[in-house]
Amino acid sequence: MSDVVEKTLTALPSLLSLDSQTVATKLSSTSKLGALIRGITELRSKHEEEKLIQRELASLKDQVSSPHTSMRQMKEAMVRAIYCEMLGYEASFSYIHAIKLAQQGSILDKRVGYLAVCLFLKENHELLLLLVNTVLKDLQSTNLIEVCMALTVVSQMFPKDMIPAILPLVEEKLNHSKEIIRRKAVLALYKFYVMAPNQVQHIHNKFRKALCDKDPGVMFASLHIYLQMIKDNPEGYKDLTGSFVTILKQVVSGKLPMDFNYHTVPAPWLQIQLLRILSILGKNDKHSSEIMYEVLDESLKRAEINHNITYAILYECVKCIYTIYPNSDLHEKAAKCIGNFVISSKINLKYLGLKALTFVIQQDPKLALQHQMTIIECLDHPDILIKRETLELLFRITNAQNVTVIVEKMLEFLHQSKDDYTTIDLVGKVAEIAEKYAPENKWFIETMNTVFSLGGDMIQADIPNSFLKLLSEGFDNEEENKKLRLFAVDSYVSLLEGETRKLPQRFLQVIAWVLGEYSHLRTDLDPAKVMTLLSKLLDIRQISSETKTWVLMAMTKLCSGEASISKAQSVCEDYRSSSDTVLRQRAHELQLLSQDPALRGQLLPLHRGSETLEVDFSLSFLDAFVSEALAAGAAPYKPPHQRHEELAQEKALSLEPYELSLPINMSSYSVSGRQSPTLMSGSSGLSGDSTELSAKGSSATLKLEGVKRVWGKEGYLSKEDPVEEVAQVETLSPLSSPNQPPGAGRTLSNAAAPSETPEPQQEKLQLASSLFVGLSLQTSVCLMGQPEPTAQRFRRKAKTPNSSSSALPERVSVAPVPTSSVDNMLSHDPLEATSMLPEVTHETILPPNTEVNALLIDTANSSPSPSNGVEIPFETSENEIAKTPKHECPVRSLPPDLLGLPHTKITSLCSSQTLDVSACHVEKDDSVSLLIFTSNLSDSDMENIHFSFSTEQLQVSLSSERPLHEILKHSNAVCEYSLTVHAPAIHFQMVGTLSYESSSQSREMEFSYKLPLSSFIRPLVISTEQYGTHWLDFSNDTKQNLALVSEGQDPLTDTLNILKRKLGLHVVEVIGLEGIAACRLAQDQPCLLHCRVNAGTLAVWLRSPVPKLPDCLLYHCQRVLEET
Amino acid sequence: MGSEAGEGGELERSMTGAALADANAIPRCPGPTSVSGALVSEMIRFLLMVNRQGQTRLSRYYSDVELRLRQSLEAEVVYRCLSRTKDQCSFVEYQDYKLVYRQYAGLFIVVGVTDDENELSIFEMIHNFVEVLDKYFSRVSELDIMFNLDRVHIILDEMIQNGNIVETNRSRILAPLSAIDKICDG
Repeated sequence: MSDVVEKTLTALPSLLSLDSQTVATKLSSTSKLGALIRGITELRSKHEEEKLIQRELASLKDQVSSPHTSMRQMKEAMVRAIYCEMLGYEASFSYIHAIKLAQQGSILDKRVGYLAVCLFLKENHELLLLLVNTVLKDLQSTNLIEVCMALTVVSQMFPKDMIPAILPLVEEKLNHSKEIIRRKAVLALYKFYVMAPNQVQHIHNKFRKALCDKDPGVMFASLHIYLQMIKDNPEGYKDLTGSFVTILKQVVSGKLPMDFNYHTVPAPWLQIQLLRILSILGKNDKHSSEIMYEVLDESLKRAEINHNITYAILYECVKCIYTIYPNSDLHEKAAKCIGNFVISSKINLKYLGLKALTFVIQQDPKLALQHQMTIIECLDHPDILIKRETLELLFRITNAQNVTVIVEKMLEFLHQSKDDYTTIDLVGKVAEIAEKYAPENKWFIETMNTVFSLGGDMIQADIPNSFLKLLSEGFDNEEENKKLRLFAVDSYVSLLEGETRKLPQRFLQVIAWVLGEYSHLRTDLDPAKVMTLLSKLLDIRQISSETKTWVLMAMTKLCSGEASISKAQSVCEDYRSSSDTVLRQRAHELQLLSQDPALRGQLLPLHRGSETLEVDFSLSFLDAFVSEALAAGAAPYKPPHQRHEELAQEKALSLEPYELSLPINMSSYSVSGRQSPTLMSGSSGLSGDSTELSAKGSSATLKLEGVKRVWGKEGYLSKEDPVEEVAQVETLSPLSSPNQPPGAGRTLSNAAAPSETPEPQQEKLQLASSLFVGLSLQTSVCLMGQPEPTAQRFRRKAKTPNSSSSALPERVSVAPVPTSSVDNMLSHDPLEATSMLPEVTHETILPPNTEVNALLIDTANSSPSPSNGVEIPFETSENEIAKTPKHECPVRSLPPDLLGLPHTKITSLCSSQTLDVSACHVEKDDSVSLLIFTSNLSDSDMENIHFSFSTEQLQVSLSSERPLHEILKHSNAVCEYSLTVHAPAIHFQMVGTLSYESSSQSREMEFSYKLPLSSFIRPLVISTEQYGTHWLDFSNDTKQNLALVSEGQDPLTDTLNILKRKLGLHVVEVIGLEGIAACRLAQDQPCLLHCRVNAGTLAVWLRSPVPKLPDCLLYHCQRVLEET
Repeated sequence: MGSEAGEGGELERSMTGAALADANAIPRCPGPTSVSGALVSEMIRFLLMVNRQGQTRLSRYYSDVELRLRQSLEAEVVYRCLSRTKDQCSFVEYQDYKLVYRQYAGLFIVVGVTDDENELSIFEMIHNFVEVLDKYFSRVSELDIMFNLDRVHIILDEMIQNGNIVETNRSRILAPLSAIDKICDG
């Protein structure tokens, strides 16, 4: 660092601050701006600043609203306003004047006006609309500077809806003779692409032209668009790999003009951008990767100049090499490069090296071994960032053997850290690995105690939830469960006996719940004692009322025996008249239940192993209540978006089509609801809100009083598959060099002669051996003896076979929260309230499936399995599959009952010498079935076969008809998964893992599968009246102009027929120049389409209750129409 | 009755102690904003020029940060950077992103980037920016920046747009501004 500072200091001596008084005097001491700046430089306190700026704002306000202010003065005023906003004082009165300045000012004034607009306004600010005309005018100006300005502002912000107004003008500029105009036009199109990808879809070929532009600047600009587009859809641009490689090759070999150099390095940022693009293109794609190997090698070689910027390029290069399909030669060179970084004396480089190491460590764990001593040193580095990055690295290499050391290091760091953000992040990581790899109960409970105490109340909610869930669900071994719970109880009792004031609320809640639930396991523990400990908590002043409800709930569970009951009674006295309604209710419950042991036993049974509660989202048990209320004259419920829409309609001019075809605006709620409650709940399934609800799933859990755990349908099951990560750490990539890396030899000699090393060194070696244990297959590094294969301790019971497939972004909070939904039912009598409970449908999901246990097999210590994640891109059914499977696939056929249905070609997903996995999907009436064909080509049987999928948008469930456990040698098997859409997307990418045991070794294979939204689209047969009714109910919509198919007599009908044929829409009716069509996703998730012929194009309007569905469907409509 | 179910999520969040957490909430930059499904890849979140006294001399945000939160963010950023010593690296962790800073005499230039950005390339980009300023102002000083805030912004607009580095060629960066200057002078 220091050398860099020195260099810059010598290079730029004049930056030495306020010495150049000449400038200040030159720039008018009389001007208002000059006065403001002087004022600012002389500020001594926050108070002074406020006074100065308020004065300034007042004077500005006068000035801008005065009609006599010239544009030049206005420009100065804008700069002053920018100053005020920069210091945090809003100058919103000047926004409109900034727009005016951009409109009317001459060159520099105009530019400042545009600048002020960009600085002041947010992207969706309504004032931006006023800018459209100005931009339009400037784009057409003959003055290049004005065109340039307009393009600059457009590429930073522009109202999304107005893009079509200027798009043709911007497109035109792509052919301009000046490079700067072309370049800026490309950047503007990038912005449009980001804002509204659909709008610029038709000019993709022009992007290609920009990429091939003779000017490198224009090409550089186009890379921004490509990076974004390739991120969104890597498959679509594989054909450009060669072009990007050629460009990079030319840049690297110095073919660009000299002025693109930065400190003699040719266009470094351009190189970095290209490397990023290449890494996405080459990911999981052997063919594309092979094209890149040469240029990557070249880049590594070229970057010999000793300058920061070359290191930056190298870093990107290394990242790329480890992202794309592996090449052992390149890996070796990249590893060497990382090595140089890590051991560098330059701290910035060391950091970058660690970051790179963290990135590659999962693929190449041996690299960690090579650098173990450096890593150990970095753990004690004075720079907190280096430490932090090192912990991140360690987090990634955690396994069952080194977990205790790594957790210890992390906790050590946590104790010192004062930064909330870091604390939250690290606490989460500790909790994660502690749960995953805990070696023993005591350690686990103690670690979690530290996590809860350190994390305080900022801790992510899922940590306590996950912990409680683990305790309550337990693992396969009932004896172990009991032990763990006992440990927890013991630990918490002793904690409560000590100082409790400092404990965070979340922790207290956990303690209360555990004691309430499990203290009966400790038979020698008097419940009255626990009651006393808990009641003492209630007296702490800082305790939140939420925690109090947890405590009261725990007491309700505990109160048996006379001493307890009297304790309970006295607590009840205190809280019966609490102002907090929930608390009050708890107190009432406690009182009643403590006197009625029979009812208590029924409501809060002691052993509720792993029963799962199904929540009735339609709230059908409330139908009686609703119909009663409706009969009594209550207004029928309308979902918020509908209410909002109706409100909006009242205010604005109605632009909705079909309003005339609505004879009665009948609300299905009011009619059916009044007549029959059962009908009501049936219809609620169709109405927009409940489908939306199930789509949200995770966030919409309902709390039911007195219930132990309440989960959403997919709720908690989102727990990520712990095995997957382990496997990633442990398995070496198949192509990586089989030879022992040079570094490992060094450590071996270190380990062999420990007596010669000095004392501190010895300690470090000791630490190294405990940290890096289990990373290598050779046990040479392990000073502490043979790494013992320990199985993962906490094996979660899997609930349903698809548990790992529904990777929801958010976990549902756990239910022990004693919150009451009963409040909402206007019921104040606790007894009556609790008696509502049995109405909830209790449904036990499938018993723990033996097959699922395959998922839990610890692969940590098994020998490296041949895992290759070859991805075979799978295109939509319209596009033929481009690639042929690598191996000759055994002949496969669909199961007889699926034969008649439309299905895609069977494609190979991944294969090795012993195994071949292929798949296709079949479009059933109500769902899409994914068929996975597995061929065992080896000489041994495959057992414990399990597929797991990770996809956020799809829900994957095993069709029960064809479960698959084992495949005998040299035979095939099919298993069928049913796919339903969880959240719509244009394409659904599924990443799957096949785990199985063969010759008593567990192995894994990864594969991916892609299918388009159109596979899920089914016609929805409805009448025009029904269409009209639903149209208004649906709140998500999108509109766009599409190309009409203009071959036949009636373009509209032709176009609709194409959509019908290719996408399976149901054409409801065609009236004159308008047509309506309807479709649905496999379940009842409808989408309505309205189109109108308008000036040779088709104005399409899609509406649906499902968010994103209209957008995604529109994409497919557009593609279908473009293809014809 | 759907309302209870629909708002259950809200209810639940407020009941599980979120209120407590909120009290300690720290101002945060929003994550990459999602516009019509596409994830915007703004790698650079903001660029600040701050002097040793912690006074902001220039600020440019590429993601939505509310005006009232900016000051506390800037104060925190300056504090982080000022408390570093020379033997520590030029990157600091701040919330969920990294700060890359470079000191030129009394002036700090701090860039907030997402975690997946290449810090060293940003570190050099800062220098490139300073070199461009130096060329334009022929030996730039803090006062140059203060008195020509608009011009510095215009230069910056040529280099960074939407959080991406869009131009690094020095003469090209200055071309539009020089053209404007020529017209104004002549």
